[in-house]
Order: sequence, then structure tokens, then C-alpha cells
Amino acid sequence: MTLAAAAATAAHATTTTAAETHGFLSPTGVEIAFLLVGLVTLGAAVVTVTTRQLVHAALWLVVALGGLAVEYLLLTAEFIAWVQVLIYVGSVVVLLLFGLMLTRAPIGRSPDADSGNRWVALGVAVTAAAALVWVVVDAFRTTWIDLDGAPAGSTEVTGASLFQHWVLPFEALSVLLLAALVGAIVLSRKAKAERAAATAPTPGTPGPGPTRRETEGTR
Amino acid sequence: MHLAYPAVLSALLFCTGLYGVLARRNAILVLMSVELMLNAVNLNLVAFDVWLSRAAEETLHSGQALALFTIAIAAAEIGIGLAIVLAVHRNRGTSDIDRLRDTAEGHEPDGPDGDASGGAASAPRSATEKAEATA
Repeated sequence: MTLAAAAATAAHATTTTAAETHGFLSPTGVEIAFLLVGLVTLGAAVVTVTTRQLVHAALWLVVALGGLAVEYLLLTAEFIAWVQVLIYVGSVVVLLLFGLMLTRAPIGRSPDADSGNRWVALGVAVTAAAALVWVVVDAFRTTWIDLDGAPAGSTEVTGASLFQHWVLPFEALSVLLLAALVGAIVLSRKAKAERAAATAPTPGTPGPGPTRRETEGTR
Repeated sequence: MHLAYPAVLSALLFCTGLYGVLARRNAILVLMSVELMLNAVNLNLVAFDVWLSRAAEETLHSGQALALFTIAIAAAEIGIGLAIVLAVHRNRGTSDIDRLRDTAEGHEPDGPDGDASGGAASAPRSATEKAEATA
């Protein structure tokens, strides 16, 4: 009886260790999907930083951010994935496109999209990538993520942790967003008022224009 | 899933954004590269949080909370950054960060007034200096 139990536990131990030893040469389906989407994401990111057409850079950025949302889904972080789609793909890229159009970006190829220190930047980036990849692979060579079971980042789990443990940073973040909104409005308004005062000074009342500019200059 | 997959992808994305920040000349393209770097950090945060939520006993899901905070701060950053870029474009007529070198020493001949193309290029020097003081 005890011998059989010992044998059973031993067999169980061997099967669990056999299940625990993951192989590099036998990737799971999730890993293959992650790798393929990661290749698409990385390629889109590289095209984003190297293309000479500015609007195309913004559109390739959509592909890169959407690929990252799929990666979050594969990591079972659903809420972050949908927040990524909503905020990045929905608003940030639209803001960037508005910015490109408001600064009169050229539609076609612009030959001076890249700076003169491109090769220095490439060297720095390749060196940093080599160092980071080496360190990360060496550090987490024997670490596996357990993706089975309940999702680690569902809306319920994320909301519970956010509103139980992270309430104070959450409220501070809302104040920060309000400050950023007010700051953006103030920056835009000030530039427009100053431009109006600089281009079309009213002949009847020459007083307020310079005084307003002086107050802005001293601010 | 092996933890090295998201970690390596995050490192490569971060270095792609680093190249973009260093090599791009248009300010809005620099902002796009900054977004790429922030997203790489987010991927790291989410991956390590998913790993730690199974490996550790009790976690606060700090990785996902920090990822959400990073997304919100990135939204605020892109709003402020675009407002600044638009203000600079209105005052100087360019969004080329290589030409905004008024505070650099030894670059007086090729200042922003000489080769700026746009409506504000003909503005007098004092106006641009005031604009610099406000912006």
C-alpha cells in the first residue's frame, strides 16, 4: 500500500517535472502566435521610424499599436488590450494625424525626414538592443509564464485591484489629466492670441497689444 | 509561454523607438517614437505582471495598474507635446527640431530666422524672442 502510494507519487512527480520542462524547440501555439504577431509589430515599428512619408508613419504606428493590443490579448490581459485599442489607436494616432496636418506636413516623400546623425543613432540603437536582449535572455532563460486558468487581466480583476489598492494614484492621475487638458488649452490659446495681436494690431487701441505681449513675456 | 518572448520583443521595440527619437527630424515623428518606447515599457509591465500573478502568492496587480497609468500619462503627454509643437510651428513656421537651436552656442549664422520657411519667417527678431520666452 505504502509502496504503491510512493510509486504513484514518484510517477506523479516525474510527470509533473516532464510537464514542467518546456523546450525551446517545441513551442506552444500561443508562443507561435506571439512570435508571428511580434514580428508584424516590430516590422511596423521599424517602418514607422524609417519611412520618409510622414502620414504613412502615423498609419504604420496604428499597425504597431494594434499588434501590441493582440499581444496583450495573448498574455490574457484583456482590459489593457481594449484600453490600448481605445486610447492609442482611437485617440493618440488621430491626434498625431491632426498635428501632422496642422503643421502642414508634406504629403509625399520628404527628403529631410531623417536627421544627419542617423548612423550614430543606428549605432546607439543597435548597441542598446544587443545589450538589452543579451541581459534579458540571460536573466529569464528558465522562466515560463503560466497562461492556463483564469485570465490574469480581466476587467474584474483589474478593476478590483485598481479600486482597492490603487485608488490614491488613480485620483492623482485624474488631477494630472485635468491639468494636462487645461495646459493644452492654455498653450493653444496663448499662441493664437499673440499671433492675432502680432499680425493685425488694431489702429484704434494700440495700448492693449504691447502690454499683453509684455505680460506674456514676463510670465 | 516563455518569458523571454515578450521581454525580447519589448527590448527591440524600445530600441526602435530610441532610434526614432535620435534620428528623426520632425517633432511629431519624435513624439511617435516616444509612444513606441512607452508601449514597449507597457508590454514589459503586463508580461511581468501576468508572470508574477501566478508565481507569487499575493500581488497587487501592480504591473497592470502601472500600465494603465502609463497609458493615461502618455495620452496627457501627447496632448501637451502636440500643443507645444503647434505653438512652435505658429511662431517659427517650422516643426524641425534641428532648426530650434537658439539656446545653442556657436550657431549664430544659421539661426531659425535665416532658413525658416513659412508665414512666421518674416517676423522680427524680437517677436521670436518673445515667443521663445512664452513657449
